[in-house]
Amino acid sequence: MKPAIKIENLSKQYRLGTVGTGSFAHDVNRWWHTVRGKEDPYLKIGESNDRSTKGNSEYVWALQDINFEVQPGEVLGIIGKNGAGKSTLLKLLSRVTAPTTGSIKARGRIASLLEVGTGFHPELTGRENVFLNGAIMGMTKKEISSKFDEIVDFAGCERYIDTPVKRYSSGMYVRLAFAVAAHLEPEILIVDEVLAVGDAEFQKKAIGKMKSVSSEGGRTVLFVSHNMASVKNLCTKGVLMENGTVKLTGDIDTVVESYIKGNAANTENTEYVAKDLELTDFQTLRIKKAYSTSLGVKNSNVFAGDAFDINVEYISNELDRNCRLFIGVYNQSDQKLLHLGNVYGGIDTFKSKNEGKIVCSIPKCNLKDGAYTINLSFHVDGFPADRVKNAFTLNVENGDFYGTGKLPDGRENVFYIEQNWQIS
Amino acid sequence: MQDSLEQDDWTIEIYPKSKLLDLNLKEVWKYRDLLALFVRRDFVAIYKQTIFGPLWFFIQPVLTTIMFMVVFGGIAKMSTDGMPQAVFYLSGIVLWNYFSTSLSNTSNTFVTNKGVFGKVYFPRLITPISVIVSKLLTFFVQFLLFIGVYLYYLLFTDTNLEPSFLILLTPLLILITAGLALGLGLIITSLTTKYRDFIFLLGFIIQLGMYATPIIYPVNTISNEKIKMVIMANPMSSIIETFRYAFLGVGNFSWGALMYSTIVMLTLLVVGVITFNKVEKSFMDTV
Repeated sequence: MKPAIKIENLSKQYRLGTVGTGSFAHDVNRWWHTVRGKEDPYLKIGESNDRSTKGNSEYVWALQDINFEVQPGEVLGIIGKNGAGKSTLLKLLSRVTAPTTGSIKARGRIASLLEVGTGFHPELTGRENVFLNGAIMGMTKKEISSKFDEIVDFAGCERYIDTPVKRYSSGMYVRLAFAVAAHLEPEILIVDEVLAVGDAEFQKKAIGKMKSVSSEGGRTVLFVSHNMASVKNLCTKGVLMENGTVKLTGDIDTVVESYIKGNAANTENTEYVAKDLELTDFQTLRIKKAYSTSLGVKNSNVFAGDAFDINVEYISNELDRNCRLFIGVYNQSDQKLLHLGNVYGGIDTFKSKNEGKIVCSIPKCNLKDGAYTINLSFHVDGFPADRVKNAFTLNVENGDFYGTGKLPDGRENVFYIEQNWQIS
Repeated sequence: MQDSLEQDDWTIEIYPKSKLLDLNLKEVWKYRDLLALFVRRDFVAIYKQTIFGPLWFFIQPVLTTIMFMVVFGGIAKMSTDGMPQAVFYLSGIVLWNYFSTSLSNTSNTFVTNKGVFGKVYFPRLITPISVIVSKLLTFFVQFLLFIGVYLYYLLFTDTNLEPSFLILLTPLLILITAGLALGLGLIITSLTTKYRDFIFLLGFIIQLGMYATPIIYPVNTISNEKIKMVIMANPMSSIIETFRYAFLGVGNFSWGALMYSTIVMLTLLVVGVITFNKVEKSFMDTV
């Protein structure tokens, strides 16, 4: 079968820093080189896009030598860490910006669900906006007319269709915008869950639409997500990106597995210590340290069935404010397994001090073996004051949870729970 | 290889740089519905939630004309070639307004539309063209105003207005004005994506341009030949002069001057479209 999308030697270079006289000097130099028929001098010196290391070049390659093909009807999951180049790739595919080198070839119309509501003009009525938005996305007036009733029906805002959209509730606005996007029927659909705005219901709708598009229409879908569970669920093929290059392509299960393994190797993350700990005018409270202890010592390794504590230290410049701490526990597929908080644990709020420590004790660890990521969210007076994503990794190892010396096979379950049996 | 077999049926091909003359006008035509909708949006949305609504299309040139009549006609006592001041000033203002509003709006194409451009692809040329067309509608409304004032003076007062057959040139004059504004606007917007310096320049161009165009004075009154040369080097000058000559019967008209404006217009348009085409692909990285 002929591929729906073919990407060859695709690269994209960005210049860091601000635009000013320095960049003007580079532009002049580049122009001078091209006038003399020489190669662009700045194309060579780019570095790969690794944000954490301080490079010495002003230019970085957001994408470097990307090659892959997508077959029609395939649902391709594009996964990778933040900054791996996923969004840049989508930008190039949707022709928002041009690549630096290489080419993309595709059959059919490319549309993406991240452009919900693009070009909506607040002063125009719903009806006018449906036509405008549809036309921006490449539909002709005729196509929109023929689907107009369907779109209004899907959005459920028939009564408001001749009212300016600035009078719409935000939910109605998003529904109408999404309805237009959903009726585009492109041959190639791009869904970027990372950038998707809107509430959970809206995201669910977007995913649902994506499923139906690929299963019924046999159309090609490119799906970008951090949620490994939904990627595994929806996609057939996968592309793993790392620092602007394709690390692996293939069957979705192998790609996801490789991604998770790559992450798991990075578990030296046993304790969170805030860098440049300073309170600004806008931030009244900061989390200083976070770590887990078990059996009274700092320890990020916990045995199932054992007690452990999650310790959080903070500093604050305001006293006696009402605080709440929430702790999220995620597995390696980025699925949230637990949402802990003092409010659930019996203490509604606690008062802030200049310096304080909070301990959340778990009497019996009932997670199965594996690595778990801890996210923290500290609320002051009901508003999030500080958040720490991936504060530290909790390694759970097989332990004697049931006191019987026996545990079910790891693949069979996610949690352990106390169980009592009666046989008569 | 396999490639040569498939080569032809790709519907979308994305390359780093376009060829110089790869203008893709066919694609612009495909998106003509979008053009119509943009024009409608610009035209309709401007005066929403105003009491006078489209009346503002009239009020603006009327107030400018009165201002000119007071300042230049009354205080400075500048010549209007024996024509009624209202007709003389309005004839210049209406055309100049079309030029200046089109120019200032097309010059901002990339900066004002970066939100939409940053999310979805459509031929970018649609946006500046839609500006030119929607301003054309405004121009027609104001032109009607001019015709009304003109007919009043022609029919009900004793003046020496002399309409000539050159009135038939009006569509051509409008076309040249549109072309000049579009061409120059495309060049300026292409330059401003990376370096905003040119935006400041634009304010001057429009402000000074009005004085370098015979709107508040007739070219005939310039006695210094050098200054006259400079004024006529402005491609808008011959357009205004021809327009006045056609409707009022005064001013300098020559086919040569009109030809000059046309050539300048075509040059600016070609250069503008080519630079715009070169910039549009990657302007999101620098805007």
